[in-house]
Amino acid sequence: MAGVSVRQPLDRKAVRIPRGQLYIIPERCKGCRFCIDFCPRDVLVETTEMNAKGYHYPVVAEGKEDECIACQFCSILCPEFAIYTEETVEEESVE
Amino acid sequence: MPEILVEAHPIDAVFRTDRLPHIFCPGCGIGPTMHAYAQAILESGIPKDQHACVSGIGCTARVPGYMDVDSYHTTHGRSIPFALAIALVKPEMEVTVFSGDGDLFGIGGNHFIHAARRNVDINVICINNFNYGMTGGQAGPTLPLGAKATTAPYGNTEPPFNLPYLAAACGAVFVARWTALHVRQLKDAILRAMQKKGFTFIEVLSPCPVGFGSPNDIGDAIEEVWLYRERCVVNHDAYLPDLEIDLRRKDVPFVMGNFVDIDKAPFDPLAMMKNKGE
Amino acid sequence: MSDQERVLTGSHFLLGDHACAEGAMAAGCDLFAGYPITPSTETAERLALRMPAVGAIFLQMEDELASMSALVGASLAGARAMSATSGPGFALMMENIGMAAMMEAPCVVVNIQRGAPSTGLPTLVGQSDMMQCKWGSHGDYEIVAYSPSSPQECFDHVIKAFNTADRWRIPVFVMADELIGHMTERVVIPPADQIPRVERKRPRHKPGDPSFLHCLAEDEDLVPPIVHAGEGYRVNFDSLTHDEKGYPATFPDPHDRLVRRLVNKIRLHTDQIMEYEEIFLDDAELAVIAYGSTARSARRAVNEARKDGIRVGLLRLITVWPFPENKVRELSKQVKAFVVPEVNLGQMSRETERFTSLPVIGVNHAGGVMMAPDPIFDTIREVAKNA
Repeated sequence: MAGVSVRQPLDRKAVRIPRGQLYIIPERCKGCRFCIDFCPRDVLVETTEMNAKGYHYPVVAEGKEDECIACQFCSILCPEFAIYTEETVEEESVE
Repeated sequence: MPEILVEAHPIDAVFRTDRLPHIFCPGCGIGPTMHAYAQAILESGIPKDQHACVSGIGCTARVPGYMDVDSYHTTHGRSIPFALAIALVKPEMEVTVFSGDGDLFGIGGNHFIHAARRNVDINVICINNFNYGMTGGQAGPTLPLGAKATTAPYGNTEPPFNLPYLAAACGAVFVARWTALHVRQLKDAILRAMQKKGFTFIEVLSPCPVGFGSPNDIGDAIEEVWLYRERCVVNHDAYLPDLEIDLRRKDVPFVMGNFVDIDKAPFDPLAMMKNKGE
Repeated sequence: MSDQERVLTGSHFLLGDHACAEGAMAAGCDLFAGYPITPSTETAERLALRMPAVGAIFLQMEDELASMSALVGASLAGARAMSATSGPGFALMMENIGMAAMMEAPCVVVNIQRGAPSTGLPTLVGQSDMMQCKWGSHGDYEIVAYSPSSPQECFDHVIKAFNTADRWRIPVFVMADELIGHMTERVVIPPADQIPRVERKRPRHKPGDPSFLHCLAEDEDLVPPIVHAGEGYRVNFDSLTHDEKGYPATFPDPHDRLVRRLVNKIRLHTDQIMEYEEIFLDDAELAVIAYGSTARSARRAVNEARKDGIRVGLLRLITVWPFPENKVRELSKQVKAFVVPEVNLGQMSRETERFTSLPVIGVNHAGGVMMAPDPIFDTIREVAKNA
């Protein structure tokens, strides 16, 4: 709504949102889609590529390259241990 | 940043990677639970050499074979007395039984109740997928009333076990229920079980797309996980008799939580000798 | 704990069941897991008293399924483990006796046999589990079974059983019967340093050595070295058919390789394992084969027959399994017939028939009372007359 000022946390400038790098092991994927459905930032989509078993493994969606926050939920949820994230060293400050 | 394609996973340190990929179906809940167990091993501070993983027979019973610890894939239903003996002969070891609902509560039910009664210092992680998956989806002792299986084609007429209630009644010092989606809470529960002395029990509701999801019109694993997401509520103080799972009654939630966390002296066959003269 | 507490050196007047228990104590049994069952219960009761006093573990399990599983677990954790039971309990143990064979977990089971089948004659003698102990679990595997004929042998055979189990990594049975288990006789227990002890073969490889295959038998004896829980090897033991690494390998080739080795490690070395006693066999024209309590009556019958001038001898089995097949073949060139008395309707007599073309005459009843010398003597006389 125009004219309404939104209150913001005092430490907002100091808080950094972590950034994650996604690592994927294509040959382990069995295409269950858990990582895609349950990613809180909707970072992942199925690739059009197929692995040797014929499954479409996940990749980072176009335009979502900076969205992973390295929460690692995909990593611990993946039944095949086929995906993980690592927090990257953050250079830029949050907008 | 785009994804980077690699060939190894940090958690591989706890697995026998020469045996991966495992045999479980796409979307099976055993994988996430294995990961939670592996993560708990890393965080337990107990060296891998001092962990033992024991199982009976069934899909879940294949888990120890993938773990990079002392592992024992025993006979159907008999993992608990096997694990009990290891725990008594090697008390310094952290012994975990990792098996399924049919193995632990169908054919092996007697061993479960007695090990819990004795309060032997082992952890039992039960993947509950409501059916015998390895043999193709037969009715298990936890199959909800009305649910279908290859040996219950008209719907199950037998009331299922309420596992947390059973474990608590038998004397377990730690009792929890989570799902294969609640992986962080599950990992914390396994870690807590490892820290505790005595008999601990963790039930893991797990999708079984082939044996349970398909005949019960749930769909693929992802749909079964969504079912858990929508129907599960966390209530650590839940009244245990109320923990029954009924798929037909949409108003009844699946209750998750760490329900029991008490302290009791663990089983020690030599306790009376040590107390002599006091 | 001190050897003095474990080994009751001296001369005792002991029940057979108690002698089994003292044999376990002397052998350094670390863990007993059992379930009360007549007529073996006195073994468990004695060990319940004796084991905790020396820091060993006595467990009364929920059933014999659990007992046998616990034995395998304890064994693979490094313990010398034993159970005692009788027919119905022995039947329940069969599943995990197969597991012990498959995982090559050394362990000992005492079976004080009673009249059977089913609940049968709980308090009365039988010898009808002889084939069950050989073939009771599913599949091809080999075991060793001793058959004590006295409380002294109950003590001695339990010690032998532990050593044989550890030497060959198999389940070993002491197949006593109710008469021997409930018989009280003199038992001489030697000093602790005279109790023979065979240690398990241990790996030459250090933990973490990737070249170590824990199910690979590199030696001529076909027995792989055993690793125990918690030693850092982090290996897999599997009831499924497994490869040399211990990984499941459910295919025809690894299966044949594994099962053949499990069988051959015993079949190719029976000469090192088999034991029997020969009485008057040198000039015998007739051979009696007997074991357990029946061997006592057979000895009496043979002695009486000798007084009557019948050239009869006794082959008393100490190991019923492996069965002394070469001895039977050898005797077949010398004697005219075999007489096999046993308290069952013909089990070891049937085994005897496999290795001879001579007549094998059984002396049998179904159980409940000792095999008296008279029917054996009468049969010897009858056979000698017709031979």
